[in-house]
Amino acid sequence: MATVLVLVDAAGDVVKKTTLELLTAARSLGEPAAVVLGPGQAAALSAVLAEYGAATIYAVAGAEFDQYLVAPKAEALAAVAAQATPAAVLVSSTPENKEIAARLAIKLGSGVLTDAVAVNANGSVEQSIFGGSITVTSKVRTGVPVIAVRPNSITPEPAATPGTAEVVEVDVPLSDAAKAATVVEHVGEDKGARPALSDASIVVSGGRGIGTAENFRIIEQLADTLGAAVGASRAVVDAGWVPHQMQVGQTGVTVSPQLYIAVGISGAIQHRAGMQTSKTIIAINKDPEAPIFELADYGVVGDLFTVAPQLTDELAKRKE
Amino acid sequence: MLAAFTGRFPSLVGRAGALMNIVVLMKQVPDTEGARTLDPADNTVDRGAVDPVINYIDEFAIEEGLLLREAHDGDVTLLTVGPERATESIRKALSMGVDKAVHVSDPVLHGSDAIQTTKVLAAALGTLEWDVVVAGSEATDSRMSVVPAMLAEVLEVPQLSQARKVTVDGDSVSIERLSSDGYDVVRGRLPAVISVVEKINEPRYPSFKGIMAAKSKPVKTLTVADLDLDAEEFGLAAASTEVVEFAVAPPRQAGQVVVDEGDGGVKIAEFLASRKLV
Repeated sequence: MATVLVLVDAAGDVVKKTTLELLTAARSLGEPAAVVLGPGQAAALSAVLAEYGAATIYAVAGAEFDQYLVAPKAEALAAVAAQATPAAVLVSSTPENKEIAARLAIKLGSGVLTDAVAVNANGSVEQSIFGGSITVTSKVRTGVPVIAVRPNSITPEPAATPGTAEVVEVDVPLSDAAKAATVVEHVGEDKGARPALSDASIVVSGGRGIGTAENFRIIEQLADTLGAAVGASRAVVDAGWVPHQMQVGQTGVTVSPQLYIAVGISGAIQHRAGMQTSKTIIAINKDPEAPIFELADYGVVGDLFTVAPQLTDELAKRKE
Repeated sequence: MLAAFTGRFPSLVGRAGALMNIVVLMKQVPDTEGARTLDPADNTVDRGAVDPVINYIDEFAIEEGLLLREAHDGDVTLLTVGPERATESIRKALSMGVDKAVHVSDPVLHGSDAIQTTKVLAAALGTLEWDVVVAGSEATDSRMSVVPAMLAEVLEVPQLSQARKVTVDGDSVSIERLSSDGYDVVRGRLPAVISVVEKINEPRYPSFKGIMAAKSKPVKTLTVADLDLDAEEFGLAAASTEVVEFAVAPPRQAGQVVVDEGDGGVKIAEFLASRKLV
């Protein structure tokens, strides 16, 4: 059976859900093989990867993946592809992975598709474009298809007959060209222990209705009760209440979570473009005419300053 | 002011006090405010359906190019690949203060994918002296966010992408790259490809003087043949990806909207519980 490479996203020794989604999709195309980049992780991750169908784990142990930007990962993935001769390469559609996919496509002479929301058995993919107003079916015509799949688009399911994964160590000496951009420093900004916006299962976003930067804690409290990531509309970012990387929308982060809660967000096209493919959408807004209600599975017309804290309290109560 | 370095496009090498040659990439896209669609004839972006504008994030790239010129002296060349009508967007960039433009325009490029576009950009850059390429991080039509990385790969120069801050010191460039939880400081040497995110600066509006001056600024138009590229490798027929079909997305099923009567928060919690979301 054809091998389908899946680039593993992991946080320490924990395989991220995005990877389980990719392995699930990969099984419809062939036999998944996971690619783990970085030292010492492959053994710790192997049980979960095998449970979701990975028959092989290619482990590239180089310690330099975090020292140089993107290029070493693309080079390692290309080396694994040369060894595994896959039918396709899947990565999750995050900003960095899209860049890895981009460079890999050039190296392999392949076509690349990003932000797939479904992967079909014939290798074509579904995409949602122009702010969710158009859906397209696309395919790669040249080379090994390189496909970036939008997080939360696929429901992860363990393999019907999970086996054990064979770990194959691959040694990839990095070229000088791959070391051209040095990561000097990682700076984490105050985000607490919240999940990353682009692959969170639940996202709570605040909009202009929040009124002030201080009031944004209403959004954060609701998010923390749900274990959610925090997002914001462009108005909130433009006002300087929250940093730019929290912006959900056409020119910000695109999210597609299981649950999206829009608080005080009117739902301008700019914003809808970044969250329209969320599975379930909840809206709280004082304006009954707000376009966000056209998208909402459940909406409450009311004062966010009473409705949102009440929701937070109620959810906390239900958790007890 | 600038130390010598071993780049492939060394316009700064060995010239004390040399000017910095900045190339800004621009893509003309359909206005996101319009009802964008694809052309059913060939499933490419319907560029006639909606007024074309400079890709929103590219305005920040143009501004960053102008800021680099102001800080380091030099000139800013706009480079775009697009149909004839892209001249409108080129004029706007020139009126913002860009010095000159190169417009690769050729009917055979219609329907080209990101990889083909990257190859055209690389070939066009080969006709220029440049030290730094500044691009927007993403175009609002395709939203792939891949061309800056592809270009760095093809040119074998540092990829300094998703920058929210750019600092050039001699032949060293460092950026603050947006990450999911903050930013990374990334450094490389010129020549380099930089992509910038929105909000990195405040793009200027064209002044009256700028608009007048733009009319006499040079715009060089190049075809695929001018770049010594093989026309058969470009355009829709040779693209590495294909849109097989498209459809207008069905509107989301209308949900339930209730007016808060003091229990709105509780009702949402009940709804979430009924959907097993909490």
